[in-house]
Amino acid sequence: MNILRIPGQAALDLLAQFGKLAMFTASAVFWIFRPPWYGRQLIRQAIDIGYFSLPVVGLTTLFSGMVIALQSYTGTERFSAEGEASVATVVVLIVTRELGPVLAGLMVAGRIGASMAAEIGTMRVTDQIDALDTLATRPMQYLIAPRVIAATLCLPFLVLIGDIIGVFGGYVVAIYQLGFSPASYLDSTLEYLEPFDVILGLIKAAVFGFILSIMGCFHGYYSGRGAEGVGRATTNAVVYSAILILVADFFITGLVFVR
Amino acid sequence: MAEDQIIIRKLNKAFGPKVVLKDLDIRIPKGKSVAVIGASGTGKSVLLKNLLGLIEPDSGSIKVDGLETVGASRTTREKILQKFGMLFQGGALFDSLPVWENVVFRYRQGKNISIKEARDVARRTLAEVNLEDRVLDLYPAEISGGMQKRVALARAIADRPQILLFDEPTSGLDPITSGVINRLIREAVDRLGATAITISHDMTSVRAIADEVAMIHDGKITWHGQIRDIDKSGNPILDQFVHGRPDGPLTQQAERG
Repeated sequence: MNILRIPGQAALDLLAQFGKLAMFTASAVFWIFRPPWYGRQLIRQAIDIGYFSLPVVGLTTLFSGMVIALQSYTGTERFSAEGEASVATVVVLIVTRELGPVLAGLMVAGRIGASMAAEIGTMRVTDQIDALDTLATRPMQYLIAPRVIAATLCLPFLVLIGDIIGVFGGYVVAIYQLGFSPASYLDSTLEYLEPFDVILGLIKAAVFGFILSIMGCFHGYYSGRGAEGVGRATTNAVVYSAILILVADFFITGLVFVR
Repeated sequence: MAEDQIIIRKLNKAFGPKVVLKDLDIRIPKGKSVAVIGASGTGKSVLLKNLLGLIEPDSGSIKVDGLETVGASRTTREKILQKFGMLFQGGALFDSLPVWENVVFRYRQGKNISIKEARDVARRTLAEVNLEDRVLDLYPAEISGGMQKRVALARAIADRPQILLFDEPTSGLDPITSGVINRLIREAVDRLGATAITISHDMTSVRAIADEVAMIHDGKITWHGQIRDIDKSGNPILDQFVHGRPDGPLTQQAERG
């Protein structure tokens, strides 16, 4: 019986954690729609997520666009496909549909998800969350809701800018390294790009923003005591955000996939 | 004789196998300053958190001005919380807000008041704890530990609460700063005519702040009486604690684990 006790307890703990996360998420969504709304908190978070994450997302998508251009050129050469049009199409589709939102999601999870978990975890450890409660302020409304709203709304904007930078990265490599014609490369980029490609990327971005903010806030809110507890909360927030972003990416892509 | 503002009956709280509060009973008279003392880990802070509704007791009753708080709805709890002002052990000031916003945090909730008016309230409240205007725009990390405690005290009294709670108000402070904090707390309690509960194991602080003392031991109140009687209580547990004797019933129990 002892052999079963450890995995059994682990399964129960996992289920309890899922339940806690579900309750936390439902509560966060509930308080998003209830007044009072803390505008200043929302603006502060929006600036932190939307503005200060821009360099990280921009650099990541720029180099990813450049790499995709080089790799897709290698691929098209092997299959003797029409190089210019293929490279342009591959770059724009992969950046807008896939790499833009996923990379932005992962980078922002590392930067913002971790900072949310650390800040809220420190507030938990130093009794600031209890203090909020005693000062007639619901922590869910004051701390969590603005972060979730800001991340869900700002990530699509970040991804939109990241898409443009990523495509530009591919353009730079195509023109200056691969020697393509600028006009026909741009024509090919726009010819094969459909509005739905961009919209799909933005929908993914909003979902990823929601996921990373919930994970950052959840792990911070239930942080263990002391520096070790906050450190673990921060690590967990980033790890679980990254995993859930990739899982969500698969399911969203699967939902809209047409053979 | 003052009526009881807070009545706690048969309060029980355990964390897993560790039983912290066992059928604890205590009455806090209106307008009195009561210090709850006891060794570390005896449940003093747990008692305070139960009182504030930050944790839910396993069983028992807590009535504040006749209103039951255990199992109360969020609305009732918020109504009761309006009566309280709390000074947390570490101050628990909000790092992201300047001092003045910390002080008037609750005062501004749900009120449409201008920043100028809010700053004036903060300035007046800070003056009550002997802090000058120059700290208004500083952040908690930019002021000393003693000043943080005073700002936290200002935040606790800014909304003129009927009940003040102090959790280890002098912990981590030097004796001089502790003396200043004790005096400010006593003055604030007297000025507001508030009921006060102070959690402490600093007997100098307790003697400066309290009218009454309640000793918590083994999850229960083992002695509750006037501050003037603590040196002649005849209670060996209280006697050992008050005089800090290394030998006695508290040590024997600690050694037994």
